[in-house]
Amino acid sequence: MAKVPVQFTLNGSEKAEFVDSGTALLNALRDKIGDTSPKGGCHQGTCGACSVIIDGELRLSCLTLAETCNGAAIITTAGLAEAGVLHPLQRAFLDAFATQCGFCTPGMIMAAKVLLDRTPNPSRQDVVEALSGNICRCTGYEPIIQAVLTAARTNSQNAA
Amino acid sequence: MTLALQTFSTVKDANAALQASGTRYLGGGTLVLRAANEGDVSVSRLVRVSEPSLSQIGISGGKARLGASVTLAAVARHPELAVLAPAARAVGGPAIRNMATVGGNLFAPAPYGDFAVALLALDATVIGEGGEVPVETFLAERESSRAIVTAVTFALPPEKGFRFLKVSRVKPKGISVLSIAAMLQQASDGTVASARIALGCMADRPMRARAAEQALLGRKLTADEIAPAVAAAGEGTSPITDPIASSWYRAEVLPVHLGRLLLNQIKV
Repeated sequence: MAKVPVQFTLNGSEKAEFVDSGTALLNALRDKIGDTSPKGGCHQGTCGACSVIIDGELRLSCLTLAETCNGAAIITTAGLAEAGVLHPLQRAFLDAFATQCGFCTPGMIMAAKVLLDRTPNPSRQDVVEALSGNICRCTGYEPIIQAVLTAARTNSQNAA
Repeated sequence: MTLALQTFSTVKDANAALQASGTRYLGGGTLVLRAANEGDVSVSRLVRVSEPSLSQIGISGGKARLGASVTLAAVARHPELAVLAPAARAVGGPAIRNMATVGGNLFAPAPYGDFAVALLALDATVIGEGGEVPVETFLAERESSRAIVTAVTFALPPEKGFRFLKVSRVKPKGISVLSIAAMLQQASDGTVASARIALGCMADRPMRARAAEQALLGRKLTADEIAPAVAAAGEGTSPITDPIASSWYRAEVLPVHLGRLLLNQIKV
């Protein structure tokens, strides 16, 4: 299998790797680069656990080939905390008991981050729509929705 | 997954490479990479094209041209394609819509392919390197097609002429029980002058409900007058059975949902 060079920015840091052609971004992130925050759930584009943000858009890293991300800016949940301080979304998920096994949480947080970046004061329906591609099998969604709404309020208060 | 990806700058070169055995075209990846992840060993090589025109939306003179690589998210947010936004938003969650393409949706097997249902009702034209074909012909022959789709074109429908409905068990995102798109033109007295109705999940690919279309002509869109069309909705259909719904169930509920669509009684 031919190795191909891949260069992108991950959570603000330049990354350059050689990967097998056809390697999913999910595998490149987890196995080559060591960012295990995106989770491999269904590998079918159904569960959203592997969601990352590529050039500002929510994408599924299990269905994205690493070599198509050359020059891209990629954000994962691992890049959200700054200087040991959790991002408001991460804090809200913890405070609202919006995580249980935690497997879906990174994908949920990525979907929520894209929403709040574009819609700082979302309605409940906006949150439901934004998270509609992410499956959680333990919390039952309501705490997750409340966590995103809480994070939005926290952001607004901080901005005021 | 053992795949090798080749990127070409022209459709012509990619088309040539696509003829090799085991080679598939990579658009958004939501179909072909899903298949590969599932263990489809018939895929060993992928080709893609970097030509910018494939990702462009052009609208002029009442016509729309969507490059095959235009994502469904781009369609959903385009102000001049607002009439199509419900059909584009019917596909997957936000991440899928950021990846899935107009061209790819034409190849999506039932229960997927909701946007292709809309394109069928719009009587779109599918453009490839070899020429242009009506979308209905394209859909009928899509399994044997080895040429890259470059764009689809269609006349922009008037706001009140186009209707779309996706029926699913899970809201807001769920796999289709069925989907219906209708393009209706009414005369000044309110009677239907022309009708194109497309159905999703009522066969292995989007299909026209021709008997229902015929039965609508000259009728007003009232409960009594649409009754013959609703009764004829299932003619010629062969609904799929999958974990979402049985063939029997789809056939049973199609008339109900077609009636709601024609009477504008859609509850979102």
